[in-house]
Amino acid sequence: MLNYVLGRLLTFIPTFIGVTLISFGFIRALPGDPITVMAGERGVSAERYAELKVQYGFDQPIYVQFWDYLTGVLHGDLGTSFVTKRPVFDEFFALFPATLELSICAMIFALLLGLPAGVIAAVNRGKFFDRALMSTALVGYSMPIFWWALLLIIVFSGNLGWTPVSGRIDLLYYFPDATGFMLIDSLASGQSGAFKSAVLHLILPTVVLGTIPLAVIARQTRSAMLEVLGEDYIRTARSKGMSPGRINGIHALRNAMIPVITVIGLSVGTLLAGAILTETIFSWPGIGKWMVDSIFRRDYPVVQGGLLLIAVMVMIVNLTVDMLYGVINPKIRKR
Amino acid sequence: MALLRIRNLTVEFATASGRFRAVDSVDQDVDTGEILAIVGESGSGKSVSMLAVMGLLPWTAKVTADEITFDGHDLLRIDNRARRRIIGKDLAMIFQEPMSSLNPCFTVGWQIKEALRFHLGMDRRARHARAVELFEQVGIPDPEKRLSAFPHQLSGGMNQRVMIAMAIACKPKLLIADEPTTALDVTIQAQILDLLAFLRDESGMGLVLITHDMGVVAETAERVSVQYAGQKVEEQSVVDLFSTPHHPYTAALLDALPERATERLLPTIPGVVPGQFDRPAGCLFSPRCKFADARCKSTPPPVLGPDLGYARCFYPLNTDERIAS
Repeated sequence: MLNYVLGRLLTFIPTFIGVTLISFGFIRALPGDPITVMAGERGVSAERYAELKVQYGFDQPIYVQFWDYLTGVLHGDLGTSFVTKRPVFDEFFALFPATLELSICAMIFALLLGLPAGVIAAVNRGKFFDRALMSTALVGYSMPIFWWALLLIIVFSGNLGWTPVSGRIDLLYYFPDATGFMLIDSLASGQSGAFKSAVLHLILPTVVLGTIPLAVIARQTRSAMLEVLGEDYIRTARSKGMSPGRINGIHALRNAMIPVITVIGLSVGTLLAGAILTETIFSWPGIGKWMVDSIFRRDYPVVQGGLLLIAVMVMIVNLTVDMLYGVINPKIRKR
Repeated sequence: MALLRIRNLTVEFATASGRFRAVDSVDQDVDTGEILAIVGESGSGKSVSMLAVMGLLPWTAKVTADEITFDGHDLLRIDNRARRRIIGKDLAMIFQEPMSSLNPCFTVGWQIKEALRFHLGMDRRARHARAVELFEQVGIPDPEKRLSAFPHQLSGGMNQRVMIAMAIACKPKLLIADEPTTALDVTIQAQILDLLAFLRDESGMGLVLITHDMGVVAETAERVSVQYAGQKVEEQSVVDLFSTPHHPYTAALLDALPERATERLLPTIPGVVPGQFDRPAGCLFSPRCKFADARCKSTPPPVLGPDLGYARCFYPLNTDERIAS
């Protein structure tokens, strides 16, 4: 098991180099540079521009700049934001809990609805519920996320006034962010109404971000269940006189979970990508919004470092998922 | 009163190209403590008729019968909830492929204890004790350790023993074994058959042995029912069947046994079991029967009396009497 994990960690290295290279190249391929953006409309004199260029090291050849960046990263230094002058690492982990909270809620939402929906659809294959559910899932999967978000905002925030439009909590409440997770912090603060406000702020972003994973999980669960339900051991369970609920929910679902887990792991990447849009729309102060803002500011270190950290997160999640297979199906358990 | 009594059982499957009759007006009785073998080629409806009794057929199957009673329960009109209280408890079944018939995600112990919990309401300790006892009974060495094994960690023979232990967990009155030895190698086959016969002797349960292997029949069974293309074509005690088969199909099956061969080339039955589209109008065996004449091909033969093994034939063998034509 330990060897397996170490082996998997080794495969992180090429991915790591690839991500560094792409993020480094990608942000530089955009027109404009940080100095011009920082100078704003007032502009900057030619001498000052040249001076700043030297200060930021932009006068060096591109491969020297990359080498400097890479050695910095290997020393654990992701650089400092041009705009806030704070280390990228610190900024990332100050904002990451907000994204994590949103992503976890979205994933829970997707699982809580997607798994039962997939199971019910598979058990009622070809019937009305199955067809209705699967066409809905297809719509959910194909819908542009920003349009869906705006639609929900118009209906639930605008027309009905049930949920707030943006942010993580009402401005009324103030308390130190001990964990960075608003749900926990608001509860710990003991202020009446704070938790409710945090929950209300979470609902729409969760639904928006969770829609695509929900659709994918529902469809994947359905097809995995259909396959499993035809297996001999399901017949055995029926021959033992077990109830349909127990057969579908325990005997079959446990086996069907393996492909579903794969999809869940892959969804984490999608989720972080989706978080960028969702956070921008709902002004959610997480890494998604931070990344978008940084791209507009041409804040090179932030974009590079942020992408790298996100990539590492996704890799860790996928490694965890691979190890989960063994927990769920003893047959693929690593020795 | 027989333990299991089936009258005029017919099972039809809805297929894309119309209805397919897998079981055709079969009568069957099984008594407490007896071993009945149902033999026939693949596709002769042996398994389907027993799956119908268990209520395990897919929804595409349509089951009709005059009567299916088991131990005083009318299985034809029983609701699903009541049926689930009987199957797995008084009426149990084991299947052909032990490897795929056990759930790969759960330990074999978990799978056995499940039935004990739901049918007998045993507590954790009692379930464990009973599971160990069952493993000992079916000859699994080191039961305490084996209970926490997963199916893929055991051999095919061990898995079939687990299946048997699972089936007899609640002391069933009737055990249906659907080709229990087909997927196993020959030395293990004999062990499993001995085990089944031993369990029958010990508990007095009825045993239905579905097989296509005449060797298995001769070794284990007491009464034999021969099925062909969904119909029961003959039924006799095992001794009588092997000495005086009345239906030409039975005789042909016996001739094909290597032990009975007189020539270098083993006799075979030409052709295959008729499928959905080539069912003959008369006797279903007539296209392959060496005694068939025009009447056999046009008119379905009657079912003869018990002294002729209930043979479905115009011209039964090993008898001087010819039924009036």
